[in-house]
Amino acid sequence: MITLTLKEAPTVPLEAELLSPDTIASLTIDEIRALPVHLGKRRRRVDDFFAVDGAPGDELEIRGDVGRVKWIGHGMTRGLVRIDGHAGMHLGSAMTGGAIEVSGNAGDWLGAEMSGGVIRVRGNAGGQVGAAYRGSLSGMTDGTILIDGSAGLEVGMRMKRGTILVGGPVRDFAGLQMKGGTIVLQSGAELRTGAWMNRGTIISLRPIPLLPTFSYAANYNPTFVRLYAKRLATLGYTLPYDERDGTYQRYTGDAAVPGRGEILVWQPHLM
Amino acid sequence: MLRIAGGTVYDPANGIDGVVTDLCIADGRLVAEADLPAGARTIDASGTIVMPGGVDVHTHVAGGALNFARGLVPENQRVSRKFLHGVDRRAGLGGMTPTTFATGYLYAGMGWTTVNEAAVPILSARHTHEELHDIPIVDKTTLVLMGNNEFVLDLLEAGETERAKDVVAWLVWAAKAYGVKAVNPGGVEAWKWGKNANTLHAPIEGYKTVTPAQIIASLAAVVDDLKLPHPVHLHCNNLGVPGNFATTIETMNVLQGHRAHLAHLQFHAYGGDDWSTMRSESARVAEAFSANKNLTADAGAVLFGDAVTITADGPWQHLLYQLTGRKWGNLDVENETGCGIVPYVYKDRNLVNAVQWAVGLELLLLVDDPWRIFLTTDHPNGGCFWRYPEIIQMLMNAEFRKEQVRTLPDKARQRIVLEDLDREYTLTEVAIITSAGPARSLGLTRKGHLGVGADADVTIYPVNPDHGFLFSYPRYVIKGGAIVVEEGDLRHVTEGREFIVRPACDDAIEDYIRPLFEKVYTMSFANYPVEMERLRRPEVIPCDRR
Repeated sequence: MITLTLKEAPTVPLEAELLSPDTIASLTIDEIRALPVHLGKRRRRVDDFFAVDGAPGDELEIRGDVGRVKWIGHGMTRGLVRIDGHAGMHLGSAMTGGAIEVSGNAGDWLGAEMSGGVIRVRGNAGGQVGAAYRGSLSGMTDGTILIDGSAGLEVGMRMKRGTILVGGPVRDFAGLQMKGGTIVLQSGAELRTGAWMNRGTIISLRPIPLLPTFSYAANYNPTFVRLYAKRLATLGYTLPYDERDGTYQRYTGDAAVPGRGEILVWQPHLM
Repeated sequence: MLRIAGGTVYDPANGIDGVVTDLCIADGRLVAEADLPAGARTIDASGTIVMPGGVDVHTHVAGGALNFARGLVPENQRVSRKFLHGVDRRAGLGGMTPTTFATGYLYAGMGWTTVNEAAVPILSARHTHEELHDIPIVDKTTLVLMGNNEFVLDLLEAGETERAKDVVAWLVWAAKAYGVKAVNPGGVEAWKWGKNANTLHAPIEGYKTVTPAQIIASLAAVVDDLKLPHPVHLHCNNLGVPGNFATTIETMNVLQGHRAHLAHLQFHAYGGDDWSTMRSESARVAEAFSANKNLTADAGAVLFGDAVTITADGPWQHLLYQLTGRKWGNLDVENETGCGIVPYVYKDRNLVNAVQWAVGLELLLLVDDPWRIFLTTDHPNGGCFWRYPEIIQMLMNAEFRKEQVRTLPDKARQRIVLEDLDREYTLTEVAIITSAGPARSLGLTRKGHLGVGADADVTIYPVNPDHGFLFSYPRYVIKGGAIVVEEGDLRHVTEGREFIVRPACDDAIEDYIRPLFEKVYTMSFANYPVEMERLRRPEVIPCDRR
């Protein structure tokens, strides 16, 4: 495993898309130290900012507050990135495989347009988690993003497949223009959840304000939620599904598009 | 000073068909061997194919609409080819709507040396010329949009054709343009009322008597009267609509023998009544076109993959937007024209797209006279210009072409005739449709050939059995006597020229236009015409075409 320890936090964002298992796996320690990163328009070396130790391999640990370091794990296909601290924007964007773990918070565009792999953030995330970059037709097309804390605007915007789970509250426009996939909101969301969604599923375990263009369909306990619950249980998250505990209210929409997405709102039975 | 020694030369304009000979270049022109100064560098071209540099008769590379399109497709620019800056090279992006500098590098890198920007509103002519400055290497011409200009339409309604001619002449010079373009004549004007012009003989919205047919015939006559080097450049009505071949053939009749260039003919050769019954009518269009010797056309071929559709045809673009459900840009250019932008993906599994793909190739194969139909994709509408070699490969290799046809859905194959066509283009014919023909249609007498006195725009291709590959990577490209591409690398960046015309007009016409302009336009009249100083390296081509 290679360990990068932040020596001094950059004062402006540092662009470091080469900090990924795919790049470092075949390099020697000295080559990793010499990898280019961009500080503003200036080209610098990795070891200008990080102390590099360890044995080369496809595991990378980054220690320190890299909240201003962007694009870590961009396009990675395998291996592990562990960040002991906060991570910057575009973490794991366009990744196709492997795993990323963050002990602190992550910035905006976490896992944007990813198509595989798992990202796990213990703290909060910014906006546009798993989203489509401006202009793109679709956001994440597969993979899993798990956030223990809160998340910002436009979570899962235009996502097509895959799963996003957010433990804390989520801000406006979760699932904006969603085309597929699943978003699980363990603590609900603010306004306009599912606006313009075409397809896909948003599961909220708390009551949320709904757009008038979503219509109530039924109260039920869909079988697929049970499957999701089992999968999430292996990752350490709970999703209720048992009819003895409650039911899901199903709303369809967004009729403004018009779309055939669904929002499931968990309603526990009163004890 | 340069000698290109021992290449196999294809120069159809001078009747040279694969002859091994030397070419001599001095002061940016081709010269006789006796006039080549001593000590000239010699390029050993033995075993290569030498052709005049490519001429694109219809493309969209600069101006307000293209810039709008660039802004509308950031998702494409993120994944497009990057050009990094170097000593004499500027940074840029390739992709569906390349940036200015990259456009020059891409055209020259493919061996094309002259391009015709085919749709410039007078109001954004200044901007267009500014962008053309920044397209290096290639020479440029522009066509100005006139088919929906209210000054012209008002005069046609009043029956003042003589004054209309003066207005057209004044506007061409005001825009520092090279020719006249008409897009969906009358239809874009009707679009300002939320309508379109679907038939040629009905008065258009907002006018009592003016019909599309009248606009077409009048503009063609005016352009002939003004003796402009390039005939009226027509984007016919009902572009893209099933069954539009009848409109196209009727347009040919309406022209009554006047010269005209029919742009992107592929988009105007469909049969059927709706999208589900759409079929190719290339045979009938090609037959009518061949019979009308006053006409030239370009293919506007479609290639499968990403494209951005950009056209002044506002109503069509609104329809296309409704069909795709994606994004749509719409511009209203005051009293002159409109504009629409819709990103589009041509899919081989899609019946309509498969027919479109076939029709472009069918027209290129069915029109027997290569001097009258030219290679274009209506860049970026049917595909990007840097994909031209793919089309050349399909034209030169019938077996390869038929293989592609066989991968199409059966339903599509029943509606096209491409599978029955065995014609294969020769290298001479390729030189005609890519260079000699379009140069002749544009009236650029120093382009498209390699005779003494011609501009020294020469492309040297390696001989390679895979023709698509051959035309993608010329070994040398010489532009105006300077070697810009050497051993397949872009080595030297030069500046291109702009060709413009100054048709004769009554100077008093300005007194007629000024008060009208000041009444309806948002800018001041003094700022309307483009000053000569705005153009870099302009050259005025005389108006003496019969």
